Amino acid sequence: MRYHAVGSFDEAVRISASATGVTRFLAGGTDVLVQLRAGIVQPDDIIDIKHVPGVKDITRRADGGWDIGAAVSGVELGAHAALCRDWPGVVEGMRLVGSTQVQGRATLTGNLCNGSPAADSVPGLMAAGATVSVTGPEGARVMAVADIPKSPGKTNLKPGEVITRVHLPPRGANGGDSYLRFIPRTEMDIAVVGCAVNLRIDGDTITEATVALGAVAPTVMLVPAAGAALVGSTLDDAALDALVIAARAACRPISDKRGTAEFRIEVAGVLARRAASIAYARAKGETA
Amino acid sequence: MSRIHITTTVNGEAAEFLTDPRETLLDVLRNQLGLTGSKEGCGTGDCGACSVLLDGVLVSSCLVLGVEVQGKTVETIEGMATDGALHPLQRHFIEHAALQCGFCTPGILVAAKALLAQNDNPTETEIRYWLAGNLCRCTGYDKIVRAVQDAAAEMRGAA
Amino acid sequence: MPKDELKAGFRLVGTRPNRPDGLDKVTGRARYGADIVAANMLHAAVVRSPYAHARIKKIDASRALALEGVKAVVTRADFPTGLTGEDWNLQENTIAGDTALYDGHAVAAVAATSALVAQDAARLIEVEYEVLPHVTDVDAAMAPDAPVIRAGNADHSVPEGMHPNVVRYIDFGHGDIEAGFAAADLVREGTYKTEATHQGYIEPHACLGQLGADGRGEMWVCTQGHWYIRRMCAAVLGIEAANLRVTPSEIGGGFGGKTTIFMEPLALALSRKAGGRPVKLVMSRAEVLRATGPTASASMDVKIGMKKDGTITAGQVNFRMQGGAFFGMSPIAEALPCAFACYDIPNLMHEGYEVLANRPKAAAYRAPGSPMAAFAVESLLDEMCRELSLDPLQVRLKNAAKEGTKSSYGPTYNRIGLVETLEATMAHPNLSAPLGPNQGRGVAAGFWFNHGGETSVSLQIGEDGTVGVSVGTPDIGGSRASIALMVAETLGIEYEAVRVNVVETGSLGVNEPTHGSRATFASGKAAVEAAESAIKQMCARAAAEWGIDPEAVEWVDGAARPAGENAGKFPPLTIGEIGAKMGGTGGPISGHHESVPGGVGASFGVHVVDVEVDPETGKSTVLRYLVVQDAGRAIHPAYVEGQYQGGAAQGIGWALNEEYIYGADGRLQNPMFLDYRIPVASDLPMIDTVIVEVPNPGHPYGVRGVGETGIAPPLAAVANAVAAASGARLRTLPLSPPKVLAAIKAGQ
Ligand SMILES: Cc1cc2nc3c(=O)[nH]c(=O)nc-3n(C[C@H](O)[C@H](O)[C@H](O)COP(=O)(O)OP(=O)(O)OC[C@H]3O[C@@H](n4cnc5c(N)ncnc54)[C@H](O)[C@@H]3O)c2cc1C
Ligand code: FES
Ligand code: FES
Repeated sequence: MRYHAVGSFDEAVRISASATGVTRFLAGGTDVLVQLRAGIVQPDDIIDIKHVPGVKDITRRADGGWDIGAAVSGVELGAHAALCRDWPGVVEGMRLVGSTQVQGRATLTGNLCNGSPAADSVPGLMAAGATVSVTGPEGARVMAVADIPKSPGKTNLKPGEVITRVHLPPRGANGGDSYLRFIPRTEMDIAVVGCAVNLRIDGDTITEATVALGAVAPTVMLVPAAGAALVGSTLDDAALDALVIAARAACRPISDKRGTAEFRIEVAGVLARRAASIAYARAKGETA
Repeated sequence: MSRIHITTTVNGEAAEFLTDPRETLLDVLRNQLGLTGSKEGCGTGDCGACSVLLDGVLVSSCLVLGVEVQGKTVETIEGMATDGALHPLQRHFIEHAALQCGFCTPGILVAAKALLAQNDNPTETEIRYWLAGNLCRCTGYDKIVRAVQDAAAEMRGAA
Repeated sequence: MPKDELKAGFRLVGTRPNRPDGLDKVTGRARYGADIVAANMLHAAVVRSPYAHARIKKIDASRALALEGVKAVVTRADFPTGLTGEDWNLQENTIAGDTALYDGHAVAAVAATSALVAQDAARLIEVEYEVLPHVTDVDAAMAPDAPVIRAGNADHSVPEGMHPNVVRYIDFGHGDIEAGFAAADLVREGTYKTEATHQGYIEPHACLGQLGADGRGEMWVCTQGHWYIRRMCAAVLGIEAANLRVTPSEIGGGFGGKTTIFMEPLALALSRKAGGRPVKLVMSRAEVLRATGPTASASMDVKIGMKKDGTITAGQVNFRMQGGAFFGMSPIAEALPCAFACYDIPNLMHEGYEVLANRPKAAAYRAPGSPMAAFAVESLLDEMCRELSLDPLQVRLKNAAKEGTKSSYGPTYNRIGLVETLEATMAHPNLSAPLGPNQGRGVAAGFWFNHGGETSVSLQIGEDGTVGVSVGTPDIGGSRASIALMVAETLGIEYEAVRVNVVETGSLGVNEPTHGSRATFASGKAAVEAAESAIKQMCARAAAEWGIDPEAVEWVDGAARPAGENAGKFPPLTIGEIGAKMGGTGGPISGHHESVPGGVGASFGVHVVDVEVDPETGKSTVLRYLVVQDAGRAIHPAYVEGQYQGGAAQGIGWALNEEYIYGADGRLQNPMFLDYRIPVASDLPMIDTVIVEVPNPGHPYGVRGVGETGIAPPLAAVANAVAAASGARLRTLPLSPPKVLAAIKAGQ
């Protein structure tokens, strides 16, 4: 295995494009090293992106949105008060990843690129409408986070492509987001179901709503029908019931060691209802 | 496979070593630098027995490559007592019987120290969640939580 | 019994001094299994079967041996043949012969100049398998169409016509079971299942072994019992026990799982093949979970008869347990006696079957068999109490075994403390804590024996009057502190003046491991005897100096004194003065004691747990937890509480989340802590403890074995609390949220 501490994304792309064996970019390493240790992936080349200038930066754009460097850790994300105020759901998704120790290393980008259907930060990013900047052998492009996951462990990034930054849209007025996951313990488990809700209100009425579910299909996914169930409502019982039905209807889970398919479908509805209530309260400024 | 030369600072002292890029920081600490106080309970980030501070941030050293610490500072359990004086956490762990087998203890002490550095008066719940990545199979955590609380109180009093 | 009254007269016993190994352990200096290195050392890696059951057709190590740095490869061909019985089991489990019997079964091992090279080499060893049908579930393994794991393993106890996987049958009881049920007002039965769980010690197995062509060797190893390691390795390798010197490291948890060998002979065999170079072998976590010794999985029928007033008239159990692919490994013979051990029941019938399955060779896990038995019996009792609207603690008190009760497994109880334990439980404030919606309270009782076992201890008086004690039971949770307290108390000296060392196999007679809750009981008892013998010698030295009869000297507060006026008038001779002169008064003074101590004291416990169940997700949260248990006497109360709390935490994990999950392919699906789910700090509340002290008359300080009972009650206590909180009565563990939610929905 060769280790490359690159000083620019161009260099990263160059090395990865010319590599013949298995290549892995290294952000926090909390997936890469586990897979290395378990013998699941034995890379020939590891390209450490943490030395690229700017990868640890969190900056507010002129339009009020946010740019987050590819190597920003969970701890660093959580320490950014203004970002937490704007996008508490995105941040809480990332903050649920692993332990305090894992938080010291793990990144949004790594969570997304690892391609797990249970990735905790991805539903929040999708619901927020986040995008990523990508650089590759064929140049740069911007992709929606929702377009990145392909199948368990696989992304739609092309060979050699690397994510340089994550972009969150401007929060704007009267918005709120939230993320909840179900795990059997209180910590240190992989999500059995995850659900993010991002919405905006006008008075008491929901004007926009996006719902994303994790761990109930081969990839994290947006559930447009679930969002639609909320729009125009005041989060009344009828809307919540419709949300629950839509969320459950979208699930295509498997039964595995972490939970049965029936359980996942059932709990997806429960979490959707709870997450929507939190996001709504946040939009109203009622809770942090 | 060619080994890479790394220079770093461990517990305040300059250190250097040669490492295969596949070796973790934990491997390097234990096998190259003779610092066996950091333990391997899992090697996959699940138990916290290998906890160290890397540039002041709490991490699992089994999830860091040895080559990644070039130019950084590493603090391990071996550096916790200063000039022979135990850190209050170390003392309270002994006095509270907060260890049985003691295998989780170095990692828990390092993690607890990182907690108290940023929160000098954590609640029981905060302690429990902060330490959720540090498995202890012997104690049921009760005496560990109490030892951290008492050490924090002593340190607040001393400050 | 008021604690202070018991303490009266003791200077040190019952106090909480710092443990002697504390400083080493909080500074990272303590040396555990993987912490030792030797000059010229090699590192080993093991090739393991990816199949639950497969014939090994060919092993080709040529590519591995060609790798730079590889020094030796061993397969079964490097081990002697002709072993029988448990020795054969040990050898077969160390390294597979013709057939791999479970996922993770070792097939070959390699030693190389670095751990990375060894791992690379292991990947290059090519093994050709012919996959065979497998079975991992205990009930399925008994079914007529189950694949035969190994024919001819059953002993004569097994009734004719049973599947060859059934290898042991046990039955016993007393009274007239049918009459007992006829006398009951309510008779209920149920079937209960528990999955296998792992001890989950955080330190993986590790050893450093060296063996020369002359058959002499050494081993450094993390173990609960190094004489067992010596005997077992010698048998598996065909060498002489006395030629293998085994030194125990500090041990990072064992809970029974480190009382036997798994990979240790591989390190020695590799060393022998590599010209005697020392070989270090450290398991990964995945290897620990796949290929060491979890406990059994169980399927259990229980039937109980009860009168309207709560009197139990009859109890019957039929247990099936698998302990892996090897005979004699399930704790069936311990589970059955534990089933009704808490109660005085006139009519009892026990039956049990041991069954082979394609799983790893089970090892002891804290009170082996008792938690499963208690889960079944204490759950059904709880259901019956509810049905009859009886208080579950009152019913347990009404039927509680006491001194003179003929136990469920035969012997008549000596002085035991279950009644006192139940009374202390009823008086505890947790019993009156208010419960909110979706919250429920569960109680259960539990029992474990105590074990004597071969014990050898020696004690040396130093020239300055300090005392060294050599014991052969590795210290797993503070036993050095407890033994030092008892020795210091006996000798009348300071706790700090006694240093207890766990010594290697060359230094003492044979010792059984630290198991069966015996370290403080047996090594402690032997250390007290050794101290008494040293006292005798010191009194004799004083008598000689004074020119009086040794019988006329007594030992008081760390010094020899003339016993009474008639003995003569001499100033006391302290232990330090006697030690300083011993070279000239007859030579070194040491005491030793060898025995299989009798007088074991069983320990009973009662747990009370409050749980909240989320009715929409089936997730249980433990709100409050109370352990009340009889310790006989708590030598060092902090470490007794620690045992109670640790046992409860393991039991909570077993109840709620821990389990071995095998796929349809027979492979273990969760060989990581991430998915094996032991309790983390945020999963648990503080664990309240009450130490009841009903001294064991068979021990000089009244000690009972306290280490194991604590894991027996939690499975049922939690299940009973979940039933109370949610209405969902689950008879299969773990009470994972999908199961609880399904049960809640089925009940609605
Ligand atoms: C103990 C433990 C607990 C965990 N718990 C959780 C959990 O609760 N929830 C959860 O979702 N995850 C969990 N994880 C998984 C992991 O921590 C997360 O997925 C984490 O966010 C990964 O980030 P990273 O920076 O460490 O990724 P890395 O390991 O560095 O990389 C992950 C993947 O992304 C690729 N990659 C990294 N950076 C880039 C880039 N810039 N461009 C393109 N590809 C890139 C890598 O090549 C690799 O394939 C856990 C892991 C551990 C060890
Ligand atoms: S050894 Fe690093 S977390 Fe377990
Ligand atoms: S004291 Fe043994 S694991 Fe914590």
